[in-house]
Amino acid sequence: MSVTLLIEQLLNGVQLGTMLFLMASGLTLVFGVMGLINLAHGSFYMVGAYATATVTASTGSFLLGLGAGIAAAALVGALVELLVIRRLYHRPHLDQVLATFALILIFSEGTRWIFGSSPLWLSPPSWLTGFVTLPGDTRYPIYRLVLIGMGIAISIALYLLISRTRLGMRIRAGESDREMIGALGVNISKLYTLVFALGAGLAGLAGALVGALQSVQVGMGEPVLILAFVVIVIGGIGSIKGALLGALLVGIVDTLGRVYLPIFFQAFMPPSEATGVGSALAAMLIYILMAVILAFKPKGLFSAHD
Amino acid sequence: MSESVLSLQNLHKRFGALQATNDVSLDLHQGEIHALIGPNGAGKSTLIGQIAGNIRPDEGSVYLVGREITSMSIAQRARLGLGRSFQVSSLAEPLSVMRNVMMGVQALQSHSFRFWKPVASDQQLLTPAYEALERMQLSHRAWTPVFELSHGERRQVEVACALALKPRALLLDEPMAGLGPEGSAKLTELLEALKLEVPILLIEHDMEAVFRLADRISVLVSGSVIAHGDSHAIKQDPRVREAYLGDSDA
Amino acid sequence: MTNNTSTSNSSSLANRASQRTTTDAALASKANSHFDRKGLVQLTLLGLLLLLPVAAYFLGHIYYVNLASRITIIAMAAVGLNLAIGYGGMVSFGHAVYFGLGGYVAGISAFHAFDLTPFMSWPFTVPGSDSMLVVWLVAVLLCALLALAIGAISLRTTGVYFIMITLAFAQMIYYFANSWPTYGGQDGLPIYIRNTLPLADSSNALTYFLICFTGLVLAMAITSRLMKSRFGAALTMARLNDVRLATAGINPYPIRLVSFVISAAITGLAGALYADLNGFVSPAMLSWHFSGELMVIVILGGVGRLYGPLAGAVLFVMMETLLGGITEYWQLFLGLVLLGVVLFAKHGVLGWLAGRERNE
Repeated sequence: MSVTLLIEQLLNGVQLGTMLFLMASGLTLVFGVMGLINLAHGSFYMVGAYATATVTASTGSFLLGLGAGIAAAALVGALVELLVIRRLYHRPHLDQVLATFALILIFSEGTRWIFGSSPLWLSPPSWLTGFVTLPGDTRYPIYRLVLIGMGIAISIALYLLISRTRLGMRIRAGESDREMIGALGVNISKLYTLVFALGAGLAGLAGALVGALQSVQVGMGEPVLILAFVVIVIGGIGSIKGALLGALLVGIVDTLGRVYLPIFFQAFMPPSEATGVGSALAAMLIYILMAVILAFKPKGLFSAHD
Repeated sequence: MSESVLSLQNLHKRFGALQATNDVSLDLHQGEIHALIGPNGAGKSTLIGQIAGNIRPDEGSVYLVGREITSMSIAQRARLGLGRSFQVSSLAEPLSVMRNVMMGVQALQSHSFRFWKPVASDQQLLTPAYEALERMQLSHRAWTPVFELSHGERRQVEVACALALKPRALLLDEPMAGLGPEGSAKLTELLEALKLEVPILLIEHDMEAVFRLADRISVLVSGSVIAHGDSHAIKQDPRVREAYLGDSDA
Repeated sequence: MTNNTSTSNSSSLANRASQRTTTDAALASKANSHFDRKGLVQLTLLGLLLLLPVAAYFLGHIYYVNLASRITIIAMAAVGLNLAIGYGGMVSFGHAVYFGLGGYVAGISAFHAFDLTPFMSWPFTVPGSDSMLVVWLVAVLLCALLALAIGAISLRTTGVYFIMITLAFAQMIYYFANSWPTYGGQDGLPIYIRNTLPLADSSNALTYFLICFTGLVLAMAITSRLMKSRFGAALTMARLNDVRLATAGINPYPIRLVSFVISAAITGLAGALYADLNGFVSPAMLSWHFSGELMVIVILGGVGRLYGPLAGAVLFVMMETLLGGITEYWQLFLGLVLLGVVLFAKHGVLGWLAGRERNE
């Protein structure tokens, strides 16, 4: 019973972690390559979810919807980069924060205007509903397993992209020396647009996948965005490896904390109080984790910029 | 020879495979200018970092007027009397010259947690800052914002900032860099007068200035001091000619 | 030899000092025309903020008096943030947490005073209180303490890290308030009866506005005085060039930390006032959206300017009220305006109205 719960919650933690990684990898790439802090990353998550929900509803195909979600988020990302973001690369972080905060307002209110305030309905396709039985008699939803699988597949793809391809080589060059890559004759503004769109597409994918699990609504990207910030601060801003590790750490710690802390406090408190204290503490857990890590490593676990 | 004011003893610093500082010992005596020269990549910046406090040596120690300062912060070293100037101007551009120089006076007089009295009329701060500026012949520019100054004037302000600390030793990192012959000559003159009060460890590329100013010269190549002596001896030293003067147009 | 040089120098110091005053006078007269315009704009702003609500009160429009109180309190919160961002260069993305904490101090204190239950009974008894003076004091102290803890960790980092960490700590407190059930959790906590002051009827709208106005003016006066002091000189240098500050013998870290704490205390006091104005506190006061809005206000008005937060708050609340009256999607237009200001008008409304700020 308790082993079953542990396995189930561990899987949930890994699933949250892989989705966080999809968000965090884009954020950390954009920071590593362009030196930009982008609050509007959560908006791409939302755009992906809305596009997927809309297309899935009208075509009846979740896969088509998913494709549309990624494409829409990447396209919107590229547009935003061309229109706004590229004016911000040489600006102070304060300007970047404010301009991208403005983008959040525009995206959120614009979406509310078009789609209304009530959530859209999106659910996993029928061939992905149902449960599998894992060792230890744990019944686990197939869809969540698929999310974990996709997260792992994309992590590997991203790793190969960055370590093995020309594009990846340019990204790495851009991270270590922005002037040099320009001197090498690489079309830097094209590269920046591409990297930004790639990050936006990954965020859109995450939004679409999670949207089918939770609900598709305005503001859905914001809590995820802040978790992704925690992830990249823990992992070291600019580091993909750090983002992966940080995402899994945050996903697992957060999930397990929410389940086990209330149980833990029940050992020496009346149940109602224990639930209150436990869940309040669980909500703070990953931030405490972050504070502890930063107290020892102010630049995160794997800092790309030291 | 008088006692040494600043003394480096067996400093070592390694970055990965690069031995940036290799067993460097140097000292600076009262009343002298000791020049440190060396080709690019010789490890001068790393050495300066270890003296000034932004880089910790792996081994060895740094002493200032007999006190070990090896593990002190930049600010602590400054308060003990280590004044420094930077290779690239590091003044606060929008502020007046006075505001830049006053900072050091403020640090000397007390802690900075004084919240009430306005500094603009605080003679306790203004007077010593003026004195430092006057020493650099810049008091007429006291209320000019730094961004309006010429390159040469900025160099002088940098030194004035260091002087405001009433330093026991000055660490000047390429103060002549970017100065024309005229500016360079003027600064040389000022430094020559200054050395009687404060000994100077001078890191400089301008060989003419070095040979004119320095009482002693140390040559740093690949992290090690390869030669040491007065300007005559250094000019004659075959190792220096080969390692330094040979491949540089200085 | 050494002594000779310095005595000959100090003998001429008296002369130099008198020369300095003339240079200063010349500088002042050069800046005079500038001062007139700037002074006029600032005086108008403050004067209107004071006079309009008074007029509204006597014309019977209590709504506008409360609106002015709202502007005043938000401006005060932004004055606090401006000390960190504008003067100290510390881009805190978590100042809502101090605003919210101040608010919760007012709310929780009133809750226990109303219920006649103690806030805590062990190890010693702490009763609730409906006295504003007590609430303010506790709010300021608690916010200072919280900022000391958050700042001590966050200020070890710089740049983007600092922004994200202050945001994350604020989220931590936000989620805590959301899930802690004792004081209403995500539903918030009502204040049934406004806290009281000796000698003044705090339940009167105009009186309460005047209290808030006094708070704002005091916060601005303190900021102004602070920035002219030795501490302010060091803080300015920490913002412009922290290496220069360290080289001059002053460690930037404690300077930043103390200004961060003062900044949080001012914002926290504003939060306490806000809770009493609305008779309600909720986690929304702690939310990152509000942190963002406070930053927007500082930037809209003009960052690092004494009157910037006031101008920004006026503009923000007016947009909220006017645009919000026309469309429920007013934040879309706020976003567009903000984007325009950040991309094209870097010096804010005051920069446009009153000319560029000087650093001297």
